[in-house]
Amino acid sequence: MMSRGSLRTAQALRAAATQQPLAARGFATVQSDIFKPSKFGSKYTVTLIPGDGIGGEVSESVKTIFKADNAPIEWEQVAVSGIQDASNAQAAFRESVASLKRNKLGLKGILHTPIERSGHQSFNVALRQELDIYASISLIKNIPGYQTRHKDVDLCIIRENTEGEYSGLEHQSVPGVVESLKIITRAKSERIAKFAFAFALANNRSKVTCIHKANIMKLADGLFRNTFHAVAKDYPTLEVNDMIVDNASMQAVSKPQQFDVMVMPNLYGGILSNIGAALVGGPGIVPGCNMGREVAVFEPGCRHVGLDIQGKDQANPTALLLSGTMLLRHLGLDDHANRISKATYAVIAEGKVRTPDMGGQSTTHEFTRAILDKLETL
Amino acid sequence: MLSLRAFSSPLPRQCLRAAPRAAATWSISNQRFYSSAGDRVAKYEGTKDSKGNYLVSFIEGDGIGPEIAVSVKDIFAAAKTPITWESVDVTPILKDGKTAIPDAAIENINKNKIALKGPLATPIGKGHVSLNLTLRRTFNLFANLRPCRSVAGYKTPYDNVNTVLIRENTEGEYSGIEHVVVDGVVQSIKLITREASERVLRYAFQHAESIGRKKVRVVHKATIMKMSDGLFLKVANDVAKDFPNIEFDAELLDNTCLKMVTDPLPYNDKVLVMPNLYGDILSDMCAGLIGGLGLTPSGNIGDECSIFEAVHGSAPDIQGKALANPTALLLSSIMMLRHMSLNQHADKIEKAIFDTLAEGKALTGDLGGKAKTHEYAQAIIDKL
Repeated sequence: MMSRGSLRTAQALRAAATQQPLAARGFATVQSDIFKPSKFGSKYTVTLIPGDGIGGEVSESVKTIFKADNAPIEWEQVAVSGIQDASNAQAAFRESVASLKRNKLGLKGILHTPIERSGHQSFNVALRQELDIYASISLIKNIPGYQTRHKDVDLCIIRENTEGEYSGLEHQSVPGVVESLKIITRAKSERIAKFAFAFALANNRSKVTCIHKANIMKLADGLFRNTFHAVAKDYPTLEVNDMIVDNASMQAVSKPQQFDVMVMPNLYGGILSNIGAALVGGPGIVPGCNMGREVAVFEPGCRHVGLDIQGKDQANPTALLLSGTMLLRHLGLDDHANRISKATYAVIAEGKVRTPDMGGQSTTHEFTRAILDKLETL
Repeated sequence: MLSLRAFSSPLPRQCLRAAPRAAATWSISNQRFYSSAGDRVAKYEGTKDSKGNYLVSFIEGDGIGPEIAVSVKDIFAAAKTPITWESVDVTPILKDGKTAIPDAAIENINKNKIALKGPLATPIGKGHVSLNLTLRRTFNLFANLRPCRSVAGYKTPYDNVNTVLIRENTEGEYSGIEHVVVDGVVQSIKLITREASERVLRYAFQHAESIGRKKVRVVHKATIMKMSDGLFLKVANDVAKDFPNIEFDAELLDNTCLKMVTDPLPYNDKVLVMPNLYGDILSDMCAGLIGGLGLTPSGNIGDECSIFEAVHGSAPDIQGKALANPTALLLSSIMMLRHMSLNQHADKIEKAIFDTLAEGKALTGDLGGKAKTHEYAQAIIDKL
């Protein structure tokens, strides 16, 4: 099973390269996103940012499992946190950006963002903007053997990561009146649309849906939608449609089977990836990644810090683990990826060892142990 | 600085009626003192006709609108509700180049203070502001009230959903302020003001009290939009102090989406309140949980007038075939009765509707039945 196209982002990029040359426009297209980090000795160096909340626990689990499978990965761990005091946090954040720029590959948990206005900007968002990892992918698919309210869900949310509502441009005109700017540009809309189509082709998916609110934000979301349809002309084999975000949310909870690949601006991606994760069983099992021209950072597809269960040994490492297998596939290490994901799915399907979020009683350690045991039998 | 004064005022429930954009309403509302107008935001003070019936404006709408309006009228007549309907036509006209509602309709609704509205078809194309938006602006309907309750007899993956969601309706992402900076770069402005936030939040708390819910939860994204959503959140914290009997908390939008879709039951004892866009998306998502817009009522609450409406479309494809399901409009009319404090009538009709749906004998086509619109209405009348 291994989710359709088994999270093959790497293939997505390679396949895109073999396609007809797209219109010769000046912006980053998918072809130019082909990159391969260099290998030192026999190993790839990958930046590991465990993140806050459950990040430490689940990344330990991933490290243990990768080591047991002898995956040729050298982790360069950076302890950045959104909780520690400001000066340290900024320094650690700079370090993580430098490390990612150097290694071009990362595995990352989620960093906490304070609500207080005096608090720092979201490091998660800053990282994506800084490294220009513009395309976020969340793979939402029922895991075999794990029943949820919805069956046969298999969709993929591609989210623009660097502009939109997350531009961070806000000001108070007079006390009590605040303006927050949402930025939509043709360049970035085009780039994400191309990514979505290339991804759909490479993963044998048939339909791409653009999610927007162009009936209200006629200019901003209108630009996003129009650009999407303009790019769609280059991909005649794919079925294309668009849907307003409120309708899409309604459809997602009633008939999620109708969706395949969905592409959308930043904020809607946050909303729909959470709805999507809830359909298949929560943020603990949804893998994802952020792709840019230079850097790819793999992180859980539904971004929750999990401060409430931190340190309780209850976290589900599946999301980070599957994100890790996406990273392996990105490097062409399909054997390792297949073994690890097969073991993970097998443990979940057997149903004996599951973490509390999946209705089980096992701890993170027990779940990890079960995967390790399963790996030995494969 | 009206807002500042309101906070320090000894009368904690004083409300603000000023809308940032509605200069006309501003001048009118300045003439009244809030405390004398009653201590509630959006209190209904209707007009009665000579027989002692309340006058209600009825915008029947387009498409299936007139058909489902007949059902509502029949059922209300059978239940002997003290209401006299006055039909109102809101076919838009252009006034000074802007989409506007005919003066007669505005006068009628301003007189009656309350209206029931069927679906309206918005002409597609450039320059047309949706009629719903025009209505909201004309009557300064600042809050959108969207309860969603599972209908026994209509199976969805979610059972026993009973959410109440209130959405700020005048600003936020829907401020309509957008511009092209240079070709290919668009800025869209989300506007959050203390006044509009306070008004909708106050309404949310009061609504929670009036329907007997003990918890109010603000949904926000203040981690990213620290100033705009931060302001909404801060005002919420301030307003919450005036309602010591109501438990107040806040939740990140992402968490709300995740938890509601995973299991909506914990939200059954809460009133959710949020800025415009989030409210739009989440209210439709809740509708999805119970089976779609055909079953969801909605109320648009304003200082002067309130308009209750079905949120579904006008479905021109089944117009005139007696296939339409009037449930959403009926449930909206029940919300309207409650807003008018005609609770007994509301309870009676509501029970008849839910019993009919639960029985499942006379369902319309969209719910998997074979009944015509009027047969379904008759079944409800029989229950009464």
